[in-house]
Amino acid sequence: MTPWFLLFGGLVVVGALGAMALRNPVHCGLSLVVTFVGLAGTYLDLGADFLGLAQILVYVGAVAILLVFVMLLTRTGRGESPEVRPGGWWWGGLVAALVAVGLVGALASVSGWKPRSEPMTFPTVRDLGVALMTDFVLPLQLVGVVLTAAMIGAAILALPERRGGRVGRTPKGEEPEQ
Amino acid sequence: MAANVDQIFVHLMQMMVDRVPDAVAPWVRAAVGVGAVLGLFGLLFGLTTVCERKGIARMQNRLGPNRVGPFGFLQFAADGIKSLTKEDVVPRSADRVVHYLAPLALLTPVVLTFLVLPFGRNMVLMHVDTGLLFFFAAGASTELAVFMAGWSSRNKYSLLGAMRAIAQMISYELPFILSTVGVVMIAGTLSTVGIVESQAARPGEWLARWNLFTPWGLAAFLLFLIAAFAEANRSPFDLPEGESEIVAGYFIEYSGFKFALFFMAEYLGMFASSGMAVTLFLGGWTAPVAALDWIPSWLWFFGKLLALIALFIWVRGTTPRLRMDQLMDFAWKFMLPLALLILPVVAVWHYLGGGWRGWLFCTPVLAAAYVLLGRALVGRRRIQRRVYRYAGEGVAS
Amino acid sequence: MNPAQPYLFLAAALFIIGMAGALARRNAILALVGIELMLNAANLSFVAFWRHGPHPDPQTGLMFALFSIAIAGAEAAVGLALIIALFRHRRSVSLEAAESLKG
Repeated sequence: MTPWFLLFGGLVVVGALGAMALRNPVHCGLSLVVTFVGLAGTYLDLGADFLGLAQILVYVGAVAILLVFVMLLTRTGRGESPEVRPGGWWWGGLVAALVAVGLVGALASVSGWKPRSEPMTFPTVRDLGVALMTDFVLPLQLVGVVLTAAMIGAAILALPERRGGRVGRTPKGEEPEQ
Repeated sequence: MAANVDQIFVHLMQMMVDRVPDAVAPWVRAAVGVGAVLGLFGLLFGLTTVCERKGIARMQNRLGPNRVGPFGFLQFAADGIKSLTKEDVVPRSADRVVHYLAPLALLTPVVLTFLVLPFGRNMVLMHVDTGLLFFFAAGASTELAVFMAGWSSRNKYSLLGAMRAIAQMISYELPFILSTVGVVMIAGTLSTVGIVESQAARPGEWLARWNLFTPWGLAAFLLFLIAAFAEANRSPFDLPEGESEIVAGYFIEYSGFKFALFFMAEYLGMFASSGMAVTLFLGGWTAPVAALDWIPSWLWFFGKLLALIALFIWVRGTTPRLRMDQLMDFAWKFMLPLALLILPVVAVWHYLGGGWRGWLFCTPVLAAAYVLLGRALVGRRRIQRRVYRYAGEGVAS
Repeated sequence: MNPAQPYLFLAAALFIIGMAGALARRNAILALVGIELMLNAANLSFVAFWRHGPHPDPQTGLMFALFSIAIAGAEAAVGLALIIALFRHRRSVSLEAAESLKG
């Protein structure tokens, strides 16, 4: 356990707690970013440079921005209803506690952990690239397909719907979208 | 002698580190390096603001700042002291914590990007395998700070300005990153130092192998530079602030020193993008021709950097700004396809081994794509020749 | 205690927090945030096992996490598009607004 682990682990936990418990959704989103940064720091501390930076690039640069953008797009202006379901924390807490007991029990009971037989060799970016293009080329292609499909799907989902008829005409009595 | 001058800063650093105990040596090295870079670029920031104001004033037939110090060159000091002593106004309804953190969240990643810029031979603060990725990761984090500033002010204009700025930055982020991938493909590394070294002249060659000297490199450099203009929110892409529409944009509710921090982050971001453009396409600290190798490497880097900054100022003084829809169209319909096209072209270039065959294939493909895309974007719109009218003429006719 | 354990405990904590939040919050966006947290917990354990696991495989754990990050990006995009579609129909992002699917 290094001081870096304590620092970044603390960031992760505090950020996650904030993301789930704060009242204002935008604060939750910003708190989530703290978690992402803490995780990226943990990855860097573990020696996974590429992964840590990819984490920042994807999560902080894209996912978090997307989240807060959607939060702004879906503001209603009228007073927000209570943010937590009635009895929500009770149910959520119960299920989470059960999972926690299982996970912590499993983790604490681990024994006979074999130490690494040979010293760690950290892969360089070149190694990762070569691996992606040789051993992992099929998953890479599949991820490409999934991302393309997701992009098209997201665009279609978010487009204003056409209700019958031609584009740009809306049925009577309904205001046009957007 | 030349080698000594070239490495003078490296030697200075080594001398300083040698005088302290080994345990604190890495910390001293880091502190001195970061302090030097911060001081240098802070000074450059101040001087650039003065030069920009004076230069644009000249373009607009004015004088510009000319009171403080010789030729007005100490104006930035006066501005800095003024912004330090001004009252820091925070709107009553603002989200105080986020409002306070936003300038810091903006400035920190921008400063971090300087860690991976190689300023000269052996002069890089953080020599890592993933330098370019680090640069983009830090750059991507600034968008969130823009959002924080715009949202926490609880002001319509700042929120609209922030959404504009974020939409613009995300749209231009894609060509910004994609245009560099070709360089990575050729250099075979993400390390900024490795990329610079791959562009140096090989022994026996008279011309350096700058990526700018290839057809795809030129195209990618232009794309990167245009995207850098947009990322830095500078004219002609300075939509996030507009006096007639959304006033000062996302930092409208900031005053005093916090405003200065935003200003500083914008300029430092511009320096970082310029430095990265120099590193990726203009050969970093290498000389263009082998005969000029005796000039110290850091002079080359900063000379190129200053030239690019001058270009930024020149463009700001002479171009009209785009409309929001034109801005988006340009990013998605022109720059993104062109940036994607560069990737296969680079692959073919690499396969052909460069040389005249590479030129013969790559140049027509890129030029054709440029013309076709440009035609498609401008489309059937008729663009009339601009007619200038000056006071006192044309009255009679 | 083996060297991977602190990281695994951290991952477990992250997973549990995300799960409790995803179950408790009404806001669909925040439920998505909870799911992202759980996904990140899984990533963290991948990396911890890659670093401290007994098998000297240089890449596989990293690759898992890398692909997982890519998929998480797709998941966030589709999830948020769904939320926007939901908002357009119900003028609300509360999860209860989507309960008419219950039949």
